[in-house]
Amino acid sequence: MTFYAKSTRSSTRRPVAAAVALAATAALLAGCSSSGGSGKDPLSGDRASGDTVVVGSNNFAESILLADIYGEALKAKGIKVDYKHNIGSRETTYGLLKNGSVTVLPEYNGALLAYLDKNAAPRTVAATTAAINTKLDSKLTLLEPAPAEDKDSVTVNQETAKKYHLTGKSSIADLKDTAKDLVIGGSPEFQTRHQGLEGLKSVYGVEFKSFKALDAGGPLTRTALKQNTVQAADVFTTDPTIAQEKFVVLQDPKNLFGFQNVQPLVYKSGLDQKGVDALNAVSAKLDTDTLLDLNTRVQLEKKDPLDVAKAWLKSAGLD
Amino acid sequence: MNRFFDIPSDLQHSWLGLIGLHLREALLPVLAGLVAALPLAQLCVRFRWLYPPMLSLTTVLYAIPSLAFFVVLIDYTGQTELTVMIPLAVYSLVVLVPAIVDGVRSVPPETLAAATAMGFGPVRRYVQVQLPIAVPAIIAGLRVATVSSISLVSVGMLIGNQGALGNLLHDANIYHRPELAVNSVVTTAVLAVLADGALVLLRLLLTPWMSRGTRRRKPKAVQARPDAAVPALEDAAR
Amino acid sequence: MNVLHFVNAFFSDGAHWKGYDGIPARLAEHIQYSLLALVLAAVIGLPIGLLTGHYGRGGNTLALIATAGRALPSFGLLVLMFILLGFGLVPVMIPLVVLAVPPILVTTYEAMRSVDPPVVDAARGMGMGESRILLQVELPVALPLILSGLRSAAIQIVSTATIAAYVSLGGLGRYIIDGLYQRDYEKVVGGATLVAVMALATLAVFWAVARTAVSPGVRRGG
Repeated sequence: MTFYAKSTRSSTRRPVAAAVALAATAALLAGCSSSGGSGKDPLSGDRASGDTVVVGSNNFAESILLADIYGEALKAKGIKVDYKHNIGSRETTYGLLKNGSVTVLPEYNGALLAYLDKNAAPRTVAATTAAINTKLDSKLTLLEPAPAEDKDSVTVNQETAKKYHLTGKSSIADLKDTAKDLVIGGSPEFQTRHQGLEGLKSVYGVEFKSFKALDAGGPLTRTALKQNTVQAADVFTTDPTIAQEKFVVLQDPKNLFGFQNVQPLVYKSGLDQKGVDALNAVSAKLDTDTLLDLNTRVQLEKKDPLDVAKAWLKSAGLD
Repeated sequence: MNRFFDIPSDLQHSWLGLIGLHLREALLPVLAGLVAALPLAQLCVRFRWLYPPMLSLTTVLYAIPSLAFFVVLIDYTGQTELTVMIPLAVYSLVVLVPAIVDGVRSVPPETLAAATAMGFGPVRRYVQVQLPIAVPAIIAGLRVATVSSISLVSVGMLIGNQGALGNLLHDANIYHRPELAVNSVVTTAVLAVLADGALVLLRLLLTPWMSRGTRRRKPKAVQARPDAAVPALEDAAR
Repeated sequence: MNVLHFVNAFFSDGAHWKGYDGIPARLAEHIQYSLLALVLAAVIGLPIGLLTGHYGRGGNTLALIATAGRALPSFGLLVLMFILLGFGLVPVMIPLVVLAVPPILVTTYEAMRSVDPPVVDAARGMGMGESRILLQVELPVALPLILSGLRSAAIQIVSTATIAAYVSLGGLGRYIIDGLYQRDYEKVVGGATLVAVMALATLAVFWAVARTAVSPGVRRGG
């Protein structure tokens, strides 16, 4: 025991040792990685190679599926595609698009706008796109929005719906008095986003007892809601389990969650006109019912997203 | 379970591919850590005053959770394998320095005197006498570093699917396929046990003078000296 | 490096000190998880280690169990247990206990084996029974090493308990995971600092325990 005590007491020269150790490690690793043949560094390799399009996705199943759909559509036009799946939240992916590490990312227009400008409240899809374009980094552009919408929502479980007499016609505002007894769950980023706790408070005056950080509309969120660990949660509206578990999605009359059309966000210089046309052709055919159906195949029938993507492109004549 | 080896397409690797990736992400850092640890340990042996501050530094470094280490590095090295490997190399270094120092120090002064008397210079004495005698201690350190490195790679899943076999865990979650999580855990554990076994074998090959019989009769004699390092080694095995 | 700036910003923000997501609450959760896991691991590891060490049997089996325990990846085990068992403390406790049992078990066994045989023989010669020998002779002599095993286990638990946040539990890992998804480095660095400080505090606690619990005679010898 005195072993450690002694060493912590006489630690005056720690910075020197630290510097030596870290410098040595850094030097070694630099050598190792270049010889290790990992040419996957997105900050250098992909951008330089130019003609390969990197399609990225966020950390939830639908995003991966959409990335596969857009990516395969590009491949069908003879464009070289690399996938970079499960990157994380928008807070991370936006930065990677800006520096060109990712060329194409399936986005949701309203959520992207809220990220760029939380005070914007556009009334149409076109206005949403226009509002985004004024705020968007000059190296990025939005392509045509798909009719398919997948919104964040405040969704309550059956138990809560019964207890407080909430139906599909109830509004988020109806929670104003009861929210103080309820725990809401959502992705960690829901806690700090405007289209999250912040907006629920400022737009609807609804403040929950506490927030439980789960995942982006994924299995944690569903399980927590099902087991009543949380009484309300941010469930994505194209989630096939809403119907399965009889969750109740509350109305959003003040349009906090805005329009949430699927819309590819693109690093301009990484994609030529042929690619742009290919992605727009996909978006034109992608509607909400299709998305829900494709999600069901992946998440409930456990089909591989790439197979589902290819099959749909084929059936839509886009392959 | 019939889809045990059916790896989802978004991982872009076969099961064997993931294993290769996992081994590379886990073992390169251990190697880097070893190469850095040898001269550092020698410095600590040569300049005794350096060792206590070095030990306190390693204690602090152990205490940093791997995930936090990864996340902070993203700003500098992006969501890459390198971001996973740097912390693992640091952890390995931190395990190996005390192991090597204690191993080298365990060489009896009479042995050193004998080598000097035979006309060995300091370098030759280090390479041909001290290092070989320290092999059991070094390998003990390597075993801990390797096993913990293999286990920790999985956490890289959280920074953009950089966790090799660990990436299966996220897919198990989002696609409701528990068998993928079982695959991840079992494969990782088997890799760790195999790597550990390989190192034991390596020690047997490198220390032929330690006949099996002696080792069995007096296990203490071999392990007593590196004992001081054991707690430190265990600390890093997370 | 702007890490210090982040640390400063994190701790000086008043909002980080109150409520269910405040530092006191998260710290209390982290301590709760860590203590529970350590107690569970000790309840499993200590008696087995003491008995096998006392009788000098099963050393190889213990080594095997320890290797297997170390080989199991904590993070993978956590996700697997969550998938199988759902929310709650149990899926988090399993990987933490699996992580902590090997060092406790192995060190306790080694500590008991390191007790000088003549000492035990003398005790036996004085007519002490096996349980008295174990508790009154071997245990005090082995205590410093046993405590070092517990300390290793505790440090690993404190550091690893951060991953509990991935399956939606609290603790200091909350700041690291939330910071990752919110792209908030202040939180990540603040959380990591708290974990590191807690690990060092754990070391200090064990040092203090060793000062008071280990008999002066043993300490001088060691």
